[in-house]
Amino acid sequence: MAVIIQVNNLSKQYGNFKAVNNLYFTVNEGDVYGFLGQNGAGKSTTIRMLLTLVKPTQGDINIFGKELNSHRSAILKQVGAVIEKPDLYKYLSAYDNLSIFAKMSGIKVTRQLLMQQLKMVGLEDAATKKAGVFSQGMKQRLGIAVALVHNPALVILDEPTNGLDPQGIADMRNLIINLSKEMGKTVLISSHLLSEIQLIANRMIIINKGEKIVEGVVDELLDPEHTVIDIDSTNNDKAREELLQTKWAVYLKEGKMLQLMMNKDKVPQLVQELVAMDIQLLSVNSSHSLENYFLSLTTQAGNVEPFAN
Amino acid sequence: MWNLLQIELFKISKRPRTYIAFVAITAIVAIFQFAFKADGQSYMDLMMQSAKDEFTFDRVQAINGYFMCYIILNTLLIQVPILVALIAADSISGEANMGTLRLLISKPVSRSQIIIVKFAAATIFTIFLLLWMAITALLLSIVIFGTGDMLVFRTKGEDSQIMLITKDDVMWRYYAAFAYATVALTVIAALSLFLSIFAENSIGPIIATVCIVIVCTIISNINVPIIDRNVKPFLFTSYLVGWKGFFYIGTNPDGSTIKGSMENWPAIRNSLLILLAHIGVIVAASIFVFRRKDILS
Repeated sequence: MAVIIQVNNLSKQYGNFKAVNNLYFTVNEGDVYGFLGQNGAGKSTTIRMLLTLVKPTQGDINIFGKELNSHRSAILKQVGAVIEKPDLYKYLSAYDNLSIFAKMSGIKVTRQLLMQQLKMVGLEDAATKKAGVFSQGMKQRLGIAVALVHNPALVILDEPTNGLDPQGIADMRNLIINLSKEMGKTVLISSHLLSEIQLIANRMIIINKGEKIVEGVVDELLDPEHTVIDIDSTNNDKAREELLQTKWAVYLKEGKMLQLMMNKDKVPQLVQELVAMDIQLLSVNSSHSLENYFLSLTTQAGNVEPFAN
Repeated sequence: MWNLLQIELFKISKRPRTYIAFVAITAIVAIFQFAFKADGQSYMDLMMQSAKDEFTFDRVQAINGYFMCYIILNTLLIQVPILVALIAADSISGEANMGTLRLLISKPVSRSQIIIVKFAAATIFTIFLLLWMAITALLLSIVIFGTGDMLVFRTKGEDSQIMLITKDDVMWRYYAAFAYATVALTVIAALSLFLSIFAENSIGPIIATVCIVIVCTIISNINVPIIDRNVKPFLFTSYLVGWKGFFYIGTNPDGSTIKGSMENWPAIRNSLLILLAHIGVIVAASIFVFRRKDILS
């Protein structure tokens, strides 16, 4: 499988602030690659460096096997992007906006092509309307049409679901899945909503404070072995001491909370044994969603070690 | 590049603010023409009072299309830089404000190309603005007031002077004057474009351009020898009204005018070269800065 994006040792510093620090990751052909991080984690800065909007302080970016700076024009011809908000020329119609950016991408523009693109995103009836009167969802769809009009091999979407209603989010999700599965495009999508990424990405990276925390295959990161079990009892200290004397000790995590990391299937047995130890349980919560991982990873970097590839 | 320029001109043509300048020029010219049609005699009387030259002519016939255009240009070419700044100062900052700049930069077009195309588009806008001025101030005035020999009032130091240019010696001077004004206003366009690189909305660069023009104009008009020698030669504002030189006709020792002549062509030529040098330096600086700029808006 060909490597589409290869980022090595990438850093960006603004004054004393390191927005991105020694970041490295790989996006393979056909990936829907989730780029996750809280607001201010460095996602947008990284995407801006991939699109040559921001110059890296150090590091290398290779896209389609070519160094980005030296082959900027050739690379960007094959890249489509929606960067943060899909801002377009408000005083121009959807058709004119699409036409302008299609021409700038260096392709031959025909009315048929443009209308086909507008139809794909459900805007064929709004072709002559000015973008300024569009709803956020319509703008987002037009932004997608602009990103795809030149049939790029790589699509970069920076927080594409921001500001969309639930139906808009679902439509966007379907579109991204379609881009990958039906059209064979490689997609890099950034988001702070892990539930979104969980539904569409096959590989992902989580970054925090500009640094990589974890990168890997989403299914592996969601492995049931990595389920976090939170237990609350009338006496958590006693429960911890009791568990340390048993086979469950290997699953116990450090900290004040009574927390274990193990396969979800083992939870009933754990509960039985705790009851047998005369531990009065108040609650047992298991979670294996990426969102919970993300929250724990970004708030406590020490938690990440078991997941690192 | 041609494709990019077409796109840029298309965008400019679709923006409502583009037409503000044309409407403003039309309105000002119309007010002048109406005022002179209604009461041009009073203006002529006023000008004659300050002129020391002995000159006899029909004061009503002197108000013709050529004379009107000269009067309008004298007033308008001071204000037009603001109208040019309205568009040129929006070149980059307007894109940043709308959020389209990042989309523009992420396309396979170099930043140098973007600046060159934006500058070319601003220059073309300036040319159209001056063409419109020529249509309204010159052609329309000729239609309304007719043609004839052209009077030029000139202030030279403490003295005022009146020159007469014969009817058949006028039009080429206007062509040259409009061409010169295009170069002069293109300096303003380049300056506005340069300032727009640093801003995220067009208000700042427009105000900054106007302030720079005002400050430099004031300095250009200060008559202090040290400024005359060391500052004025380097200020573009010292050359903005150089177009008038085309109407300062050469004279024989007996005071009679020489048809087809200019009083000081080398000064006009040098002014043009200095303005072109300003354009070159400012556009080069714009490319230099823009190529290194991180696009964060």
